Amino acid sequence: MSAHDSHPTGLSRWLFTTNHKDIGTLYLWFSFTMFLVGGAMAMIIRAELWQPGLQLVEPHFFNQMTTVHALVMVFGAVMPAFTGLANWQLPLMIGAPDMALPRLNNWSFWLLPFAATLLVLSLFMPGGGPAAGWTLYPPLTVQGGMGMDFTILAVHILGMSSILGSINIIATILNMRAPGMTLMKMPLFVWTWLITAFLLLASIPVLAGAVTMLLTDRHFGTHFFDAAGGGDPVMFQHIFWFFGHPEVYILVLPAFGVFSQIIPTFARKPLFGYTSMVFATATIAFLSFIVWAHHMYTVGMPMAGELFFMYSTMLIAVPTGVKIFNWMATMWRGSMTFETPMLYAIAGVFLFAVGGVTGLMLSITPADFQYHDTYFVVAHFHYTIFAGSVLALMGAAYYWIPKWTGHMYNETLGKTHFWLTMIGFNLTFFPQHFLGLAGMPRRIPDYALQFTEFNQWSSVGAFILGAAQLLWLYILIKTVKGGEKATDKVWEGAEGLEWTVPSPAPYHTFSTPPQVR
Amino acid sequence: MSISSLHSLKGVFQRLGLILAATFVPGIAAAEYALNFQRPVTEIAGDLLELHNLITLIVTVIMIIVFCVMFYSILMHRKSRGHQAATFHDNSTLEVIWTVVPFLILVAMAIPSTATLLKMDDTSGSEMTVKITGYQWKWKYDYLDQDVSFFSSLSTPQDQINNKADKGENYLLEVDNPIVLPVGKKIRFLVTANDVIHAWWVPQLGVKKDAIPGYVNEIWTKIDEPGTYRGQCAELCGKDHGFMPIVVQAVSEDEFNKWASVQKDKMVAAQAGAGKTWTKSDLVARGEKVYGQSCAACHGPSGAGVPGVFPAMTGSKIATGPVADHLNIVMNGKAGTAMTAYKGQLNDVDLAAVITFERNGLGNNTGDVVQPSQVKALR
Repeated sequence: MSAHDSHPTGLSRWLFTTNHKDIGTLYLWFSFTMFLVGGAMAMIIRAELWQPGLQLVEPHFFNQMTTVHALVMVFGAVMPAFTGLANWQLPLMIGAPDMALPRLNNWSFWLLPFAATLLVLSLFMPGGGPAAGWTLYPPLTVQGGMGMDFTILAVHILGMSSILGSINIIATILNMRAPGMTLMKMPLFVWTWLITAFLLLASIPVLAGAVTMLLTDRHFGTHFFDAAGGGDPVMFQHIFWFFGHPEVYILVLPAFGVFSQIIPTFARKPLFGYTSMVFATATIAFLSFIVWAHHMYTVGMPMAGELFFMYSTMLIAVPTGVKIFNWMATMWRGSMTFETPMLYAIAGVFLFAVGGVTGLMLSITPADFQYHDTYFVVAHFHYTIFAGSVLALMGAAYYWIPKWTGHMYNETLGKTHFWLTMIGFNLTFFPQHFLGLAGMPRRIPDYALQFTEFNQWSSVGAFILGAAQLLWLYILIKTVKGGEKATDKVWEGAEGLEWTVPSPAPYHTFSTPPQVR
Repeated sequence: MSISSLHSLKGVFQRLGLILAATFVPGIAAAEYALNFQRPVTEIAGDLLELHNLITLIVTVIMIIVFCVMFYSILMHRKSRGHQAATFHDNSTLEVIWTVVPFLILVAMAIPSTATLLKMDDTSGSEMTVKITGYQWKWKYDYLDQDVSFFSSLSTPQDQINNKADKGENYLLEVDNPIVLPVGKKIRFLVTANDVIHAWWVPQLGVKKDAIPGYVNEIWTKIDEPGTYRGQCAELCGKDHGFMPIVVQAVSEDEFNKWASVQKDKMVAAQAGAGKTWTKSDLVARGEKVYGQSCAACHGPSGAGVPGVFPAMTGSKIATGPVADHLNIVMNGKAGTAMTAYKGQLNDVDLAAVITFERNGLGNNTGDVVQPSQVKALR
């Protein structure tokens, strides 16, 4: 034991660490930084869209902002944040002393800052950063300066990090569970991450293939996506979305896991329908691989394709509905209290359901012809990714931070952060549904006069939402530094191995495996 | 609190209200706050609106039920009311119900959706065909039966976009040459693109189709009533994606035929002068107009370009170097960049004029004159 207790301090502690808690902390702070960077870009977007006409930025720079905002948020903020949670929580929840592959773990984190640097640097290259949308559709991405190449390399490195992280997570969950913890006794957060890790392994290499072909089209004379050279621009979209659709579940399945941990705790009642939750998650993961072309209804697919992708996409509503009903049944006749994590979980479930039903609307091919590439889509995916993933992350941070730091956060500040986020988020994105229905295309720096009012609502909401996150930063720092001492169990209704260790969790936990009944 | 301070507080609020009202621009009172699709003017757009209303109704009812159940639970099953937690955690009957019922609702939604989709796909029996080609950043319309073709680009003045002039009623939704179509006829569109992917979208017609280089997509419309219908490019296509609107003018068949013959005459007139020798000043004057329509979007109205993205015209190697290179790049474009081949877009006179203008305007002064005959020789 004593040999394990000595570890380097200062910078080298963080550079060379193989400890899952240290690496989890690194992931979480990295993703928070990227969340602020991506958020700043969103502020620029909303400021430009405050009124018609060009005020702040040039159209070319505006396109860079929408593109890099999305890439930063998806690959830099949400994905690493969930990996950070996995690092901290998986060993604690399955009773393992650490991740299965600690050195690999170190490397998968330390790839990220380099990738993020490349991505942000691309903005300062001649010609600016990528400006073709995060979907990187050619032939537009074949135009443009070396910022695009920086982005392609950044995507490669981010992907590598994700693949290594996934291998580690799968190895840990399958090999290192405490005696007695069968697969069907695992906490749901562990289950959702296991399935997510397989999604990552299957989809990230496909993205890597797509961007590599893009790179060779740009520089080495290939014509994969160039119609004039016998290639096919639509093929890129098929390949991209074969990655891209599983990707949206990569962003949201771990969030489902978080909801499934938080709600039973504060309802003081076991999760309703555990088995069906596991199967619903697996079903969603399977379906995510056969629905990709619903992002491409307008490219001119054959009728059989349009119908297949419409029906398969509509089917996703069934397992997703099962999950939402299960969470509601968990709350039903519970003994609920509403600490900040519970507020985030309830709001997350409800608002994700709003994003879910607009997703169902978008799956209807003929209706999608009117919705496609409008602000309706922008509203939809922010209701899924922000309300699903980001609210879950916020809830998770409040839920587990007492275990991580040994301190309780300030409940009043936490609730203030919650309500500001709610007001800001809904004010930003709800009016965007109407903008889209009324005919405002997405990704435009300037708009016709009839869209002015709702855009102003949206901008006001965005500034509130942005400011609220600075409050979050303050709350997090304050809680790390001090606060009321947390008990080991932290929450009255908490169940699971992570609540059996002291708060803060010692540097090494479960050196001798616990016995699970 | 004294009466007077209450009054002053009221005053503060009144002033705040005024500021807010002023901030939300000509706003609130005049605002339209459109909450749904634009008014349909084709049968298909009408079907789409009905379908949209139906599925919106279904999902809204579902969300209201979900909200009520959650809210009831949040209100009643809380610890602060002394509610004791039940211990149930499974119920097979419930699980089956909430799997099967949503599935049946989905089937009910899929039926009208499939019917509408099949209807939209049927381009048979069309009475005329227009080929639509997306360019960075304008549209080209080729009337295959009438032998008419022209470009259509944004006509909103730059001053309005840059807030130096008041914005007009159809700000960003107005073009120089609208696509004119007859009402009551089934029109087939062939949609493609010249450079990158665009999407041709007119909400009131219920038509949105991607314009993809190397692909020719088919779609159709049949407009019920005369009028002007506006749309925009829906697929991100580069810098000026937000500035390539679509304006459809639906007119009676008679008016359409008259318009088509006028267009034909115009095209012949535009070709005139290709044989003669032009003076430098005439070429420069005409070239300045062409530059404004075709080149200024990237290379800038004054020829300054956008550093690092679009090369400056002023003092450029091409515009001040050998005439042959200049002709080559304008006519054939440059692969891998946004510089497209203009030989298919502009006629001999316009090409000669714009090159002459670029060599003698925008701060350049080479003195070179390029004649239409030189352009013709390179075709």
